Amino acid sequence: MNNVIVVTSGKGGVGKTTTVANLGAGLAQAGKKVALIDTDIGLRNLDVVLGLENRIVYDLVDVVEGTCRLKQALIKDKRYEGLFLVPAAQTRDKMAVNPDQMKKVVAELEQEFDYILIDCPAGIEQGFKNAIAGAKSAIVVTVPEVSAVRDADRIIGLLSAAGIDDCRLLVNRMRIDMVKRGDMLALDDTLDILGIELIGVVPEDEKIIRSSNMGEPVVMNDKAPAGKAYRNITKRIMGSNVPLMDLDGEGGGLAAVFKKLLRAK
Amino acid sequence: MARRRDSSSSIARERLKLVLIHDRAGTSPSSNVMEMLRKDIVNVISKYFDVEEDDFDVEIKHSSDIQSGSAATRLTANIPIRRIKSLGPNRH
Repeated sequence: MNNVIVVTSGKGGVGKTTTVANLGAGLAQAGKKVALIDTDIGLRNLDVVLGLENRIVYDLVDVVEGTCRLKQALIKDKRYEGLFLVPAAQTRDKMAVNPDQMKKVVAELEQEFDYILIDCPAGIEQGFKNAIAGAKSAIVVTVPEVSAVRDADRIIGLLSAAGIDDCRLLVNRMRIDMVKRGDMLALDDTLDILGIELIGVVPEDEKIIRSSNMGEPVVMNDKAPAGKAYRNITKRIMGSNVPLMDLDGEGGGLAAVFKKLLRAK
Repeated sequence: MARRRDSSSSIARERLKLVLIHDRAGTSPSSNVMEMLRKDIVNVISKYFDVEEDDFDVEIKHSSDIQSGSAATRLTANIPIRRIKSLGPNRH
């Protein structure tokens, strides 16, 4: 994927912000220099997911209005050397920034960072237009539900109309037990319907909620299935060809062993 | 993987397919597919009939029978005709 990636979904609450935090942390863990931009002006959240809420002095609106320099608004993560956040303003609205200003901010960040991840607000209005303005690739986040997949389809259409053709799908909160019972859309069905390439599947994992309680990305947790899924996606972003993780029976169980044997053939 | 036809996931899949046919037809990014189709149909039909262009409806309709799991999507056109144009060898 390209170095400037917008994470978007259309529908709210499917895990965009969590995805940005974890992929950012994962890329930084791999030694990359990463800037995260929260474009959800008025409803900022990426700062709390990362546990950086107490460090904000300046925000994105201050940067575009010239109140501060971009460097002054960049908050350094407490755990990773190369991870930085440009927070959204909380007391303004989406109209406080326009797409041209976003392009400028992204272009300036590109001088210094290996990757720029843009956290897009829900919806398809001004906030969405701002978020995609400087992006070259997109990760479309969805969950296996009719409403979320429908919105993802709309977003894929809008991204394509905006000239962003490198779109990959991230299916979040997958529950393989429900898929097996016939109570959740299977991955193949979702991919078939949306017709874009997959970047990864993140299983439903309680540890996501625990880690957001703590303000620590789950990607740091070696034992969390979602952490492993995010580490794999990070590697795919950097260009390696990592196979999809085994969603049932991670690391053990007869079924997992049997599956591995079958795959080895 | 026993995915029965009446499972909630197969119902979800069929509902999604239908709703996306509608969405994509009405919100195609480059243009409005249904409007383009309507104009094309008017042009073709007008060669043979005088039609009421303003009352000319083209729409996608779907019916799904969840019991049998079958779903059908059809394109319907409702075209009021004023009169048939005189066709034939002497037309020109």
